[in-house]
Amino acid sequence: MTSISMSVNGKAVSGDVEDRTLLVQFIREDLRLTGTHVGCDTSQCGACVVHVDGKAVKSCTMLAVQASGSEVTTIEGLANGGDLHPLQTAFKENHGLQCGFCTPGMIMSAADMIARYKASGSKLDEKAIREELEGNICRCTGYHNIVRSIEDAAAKMS
Amino acid sequence: MSEGIGARVLRKEDKRFITGGGRYTDDIVEPNQRYAAFVRSPHAHAKIKGIDKTAAEKMAGVEAVLDGKQLTADGIGNIICGWLIHSKDGSPMNMGAWSALATEFVRYVGDAVAVVIADSIANARAAAEAVAVDYEVLPCVTRPDAALEKGAPQLHPNAKNNLIFDWELGDGAATDKAISGAAHVVEMDFTNNRLSPNAIEPRSAIATFNAAEDHYTLYTTSQNPHLARLVLSAFYQVAPEHKLRVIAPDVGGGFGSKIYIYPEEIVCLWASMKTNCSVKWTSDRSEAFLTDAHGRDHISTAKIGFDKNHKIVGLKVDTIANLGAYMSLFSSAVPTYLYATLLSGQYDIENIHCNMRTVYTNTAPVDAYRGAGRPEACFVVERIMETAARKLGVDPAELRRKNFVTEFPHQTPVIMCYDAGNFGANLDAALAASDYAGFEKRRDEAAKRGKLRGIGMSSYIEACGIAPSAAVGSLGAGVGLWESAEVRVNPVGTIEILTGSHSHGQGHETTFAQLASERFGVPIDNVQIVHGDTDKVQFGMGTYGSRSGAVGMSAVAGALDKVETKAKKIAAHMLEVDENEIVIEDAEVKVPGTNKTLGWHEVCLNAYMAHNLPEGMEPGLKEGSFYDPANFTFPAGTYICEVEVDPETGHTDIVQFVASDDFGTIINPMIVEGQVHGGIGQGVGQALLEEAIYDEDGQLLTGSYMDYAMPRADDLPSYQVSHESTLCPNNPLGIKGCGEAGAIGTPPAVINAITNAIGNNDLSMPATPSKVWAAIQASGVKQAAE
Amino acid sequence: MYETKYQRASNVEDAAKMLAATDDGKFISGGQTLIPTMKQRLAAPSDLIDVRNIDAMKGIAVDGSNVSIGAAATHAEVANSNDVHKACPALCDLAGMIGDPHVRHMGTIGGSIANNDPAADYPAAMIALNAQITTSKRTIGADDFFTDLFETALEEDEIVTSITFQAPSKAAYAKFPNPASRYAMAGVFVAQVEDGAARVGVTGAGSSGVFRHGEMEAALSKDWSEAAIKNCKVDEAAMLSDLHGNAAYRANLVKVMAKRAVAAAG
Repeated sequence: MTSISMSVNGKAVSGDVEDRTLLVQFIREDLRLTGTHVGCDTSQCGACVVHVDGKAVKSCTMLAVQASGSEVTTIEGLANGGDLHPLQTAFKENHGLQCGFCTPGMIMSAADMIARYKASGSKLDEKAIREELEGNICRCTGYHNIVRSIEDAAAKMS
Repeated sequence: MSEGIGARVLRKEDKRFITGGGRYTDDIVEPNQRYAAFVRSPHAHAKIKGIDKTAAEKMAGVEAVLDGKQLTADGIGNIICGWLIHSKDGSPMNMGAWSALATEFVRYVGDAVAVVIADSIANARAAAEAVAVDYEVLPCVTRPDAALEKGAPQLHPNAKNNLIFDWELGDGAATDKAISGAAHVVEMDFTNNRLSPNAIEPRSAIATFNAAEDHYTLYTTSQNPHLARLVLSAFYQVAPEHKLRVIAPDVGGGFGSKIYIYPEEIVCLWASMKTNCSVKWTSDRSEAFLTDAHGRDHISTAKIGFDKNHKIVGLKVDTIANLGAYMSLFSSAVPTYLYATLLSGQYDIENIHCNMRTVYTNTAPVDAYRGAGRPEACFVVERIMETAARKLGVDPAELRRKNFVTEFPHQTPVIMCYDAGNFGANLDAALAASDYAGFEKRRDEAAKRGKLRGIGMSSYIEACGIAPSAAVGSLGAGVGLWESAEVRVNPVGTIEILTGSHSHGQGHETTFAQLASERFGVPIDNVQIVHGDTDKVQFGMGTYGSRSGAVGMSAVAGALDKVETKAKKIAAHMLEVDENEIVIEDAEVKVPGTNKTLGWHEVCLNAYMAHNLPEGMEPGLKEGSFYDPANFTFPAGTYICEVEVDPETGHTDIVQFVASDDFGTIINPMIVEGQVHGGIGQGVGQALLEEAIYDEDGQLLTGSYMDYAMPRADDLPSYQVSHESTLCPNNPLGIKGCGEAGAIGTPPAVINAITNAIGNNDLSMPATPSKVWAAIQASGVKQAAE
Repeated sequence: MYETKYQRASNVEDAAKMLAATDDGKFISGGQTLIPTMKQRLAAPSDLIDVRNIDAMKGIAVDGSNVSIGAAATHAEVANSNDVHKACPALCDLAGMIGDPHVRHMGTIGGSIANNDPAADYPAAMIALNAQITTSKRTIGADDFFTDLFETALEEDEIVTSITFQAPSKAAYAKFPNPASRYAMAGVFVAQVEDGAARVGVTGAGSSGVFRHGEMEAALSKDWSEAAIKNCKVDEAAMLSDLHGNAAYRANLVKVMAKRAVAAAG
């Protein structure tokens, strides 16, 4: 067992974990933040995406010990108190989710995507959004309304 | 703004999903919880000579290692198929025994042999690896046609030549005669590729046995918790129904794969009794690929005849369907009553005959996957129609139009009686939206860029809301296919609707609330939908086959009728008028043209105060309804797909996709459009990307997303979706259903478009780049590369 | 995943020492290949020595035409590096095509080349750019570094620390992704290096991993144009064949990607 500590959604947390514990297991099982999901075992579906030190990563492909000392944000930490994040609002308003299982990963990926494009000054158009979503699989929506949601949020966040 | 029928209101359920507050089965933790890991067969076919559990039993954290002999000894029954089909010789289908844990033989890679219950997932898996199973490997067969061949390995002793049934529908002699006298005949071979359903939430179950109460609770990823309870109780003898509570909480997609009762839920329940612990199992994706029921997997030949005026005179189809190693719950219904009955398509065809042989192979069980039988039928009909148009040298749209059914009701020769539709209107709308007339210009423009542009269409029909119960019973169904609902009005006028339907992405918490809003003018925020818990909701049939709208909502409408009637009686008594004078709208109960008005809440409160009710009336305002439909419903439409193929790589880009659907009444257009988008996405997946492939040794080659190509955002276009509706005359709301249309109508439209682009009609699904490239080479289309 | 023991190294020497002290340890950098492999129980290192936080392995330096990339540089850092973009935009393009955005945030160039997956992108660029791979022990030319599928010239306790190469006068990468995994089914990196010599690195398609295509190199060295490679042959016998495409298809892809890369390089 190794003692780890990190900041999750702005709160200092710590725990003793086996070194093989994945970050997603620590988040779901130790911290009981179950909004981060696991949809595959080959690091492709993106249901587990969280932000580590401000960057989107797959929490199923990172050990909890690797994240020790980092700042982690999960879907539970995205809203500002009672105010939904613009992406959360956009996914609701554009029907960007159906079963909701891939949604936390989609929203966390989209937040990262919008921030990167904003920082670089490049245009986040439909083609770019679709390419940027390579690491997030949705089986319900056919992606149409996910793309609309991200376009909408990106416009509102610019 | 109205929140009633037809309103594009946002979903009530979204907030918990977008904030991480969803509650899926794997999110639930029970006190005293242990984890199950299954020992699975690495062989496609083998005899189990022995299971040595001693090493595993001694490992850290291990509570128990259980096998099939113990399961059988405890009286747990075999898994069954719930729809009895008879072969054309009158003999019943040959159902092979399927124990939740195999005892003597394993018949596919992934077949469960034993289970380890331990204190952590890691310890359970480590111990599962340490269970030593002594297998005698046997020859295996994976392809359905090969399984029927002489000398093929035999899976089940009661299924000679691996044949489950040899069934037919329609008049074979008349169809042969019609086709032999036809002016034009087109013959084709088809394969309908095997698919993995891939709901993004993997299956999961957590079972708790309470010894003191002699009672079980099962949380499970189910589309139909009541059906799960019935089957677990009546057939598998896990516990009597009243001692078993099944809860399907938030479920992350189903697409059919979560209808069935799988070995894992049975074993978790049984193991919780054996260990006196809660037992949790969550599939990982690799297990899901191996064990979730697959879909499709048909091999067909079809022959269609036309007269000299290009009217269809007959259609004959011969199909072999692969049902895998065991018969899953609805596996026999899919290739029969959900397939052959739809072979008339949108067309007026006097003679149709279908022969269907279903077979066992050493592969995962095959059952309903979004569309279930209807995509396979649609693919045969719409590919052969397009091909016929090309051979006859006529416009594919016009060949379809010429043969459309135009008068309703229309009795087909394959059971179905189409009740309503306007197929021409959907075709016209799709042609207009796709600028069909301007296609050649676009093709020329694409050619200048080195791309092969093609257009293809599909005019699909499907049948939803399988019914009525008596009719399906006569066809072999082991259950009734009605739905139940209960409407509970609270004293303050808020409403709870309890439904037997289950929502796993469809948005019932919103659309079902819209029905109450429509009826009483209450805001949807004042309506709560309760579903998915057998302790809360009376017996219901669940969600599959696009039935929640046509059947589930109809039951709600029936309960709302009764509530409305009683509320009007109470109000009439309070206002001292005749109940026929009362109107309820905008949350007011009033007599039009007078100042006699009550708030909806006042009437509801009075129902419960019971201080001033009509003589003899019981207090309260709560009504239930069971709705058994009079007929199937028939959603239909036309899809037009336009593609650009890169001749050098064979890569296909879908550059335009137009859908015009007839779903009858639409409760919430936003949600219906979302259902169509998702269906098209899965249809494109089948057409371009997806295939579950077993090698000759029965190993699944496409066992992860590394090899099974899931549609990603950049594989798909934005879709143009519209509606031309006729109302379903057979249910109170006029709803037809929308969940599966996209998955049914899309594949032939895509393949018709690609074959049009490349000038080679010989192309099977999935049309991967390598296959399309090979087809281009074979067709002799000049390569821009050279 | 099997049990393992994790340690973070703070410098290259310590990392090598830590690894030497293990039974069957492995270096881990971004972990984007190693962790999935461990999850599948296909790898079971007794120890993981994390080299991602070693300062000396971080950073990108471009000095004139001399490009040096620390082994711990992530794909995202390379893709977005203005300096690399000025020297060799093709390498930024390539880094931006690896995996998905999340993988690019974690995965590193050192990890990628040390793993030498036959469908990975970087190895094609390394051999086409004639990169020098500096390790904790020595400097190895790319041609000698990649030896076979998942095999390199690295010794057990040897760590890739940086990659250096001379900016090419022209270069481009063209990739045809596997529809499922999105790894390269064929990825071709073409570069015009010193004295107009052309180098062509091919990944994803070859049955023995990344390789150079001599005939195309000769043709492009004489005449840098699509037409120059029109009649070059790609040996089908040396191509992979699997459920995603047979050898003939992959041979075709190599040719088409090479042609497109040459066109893109200008």
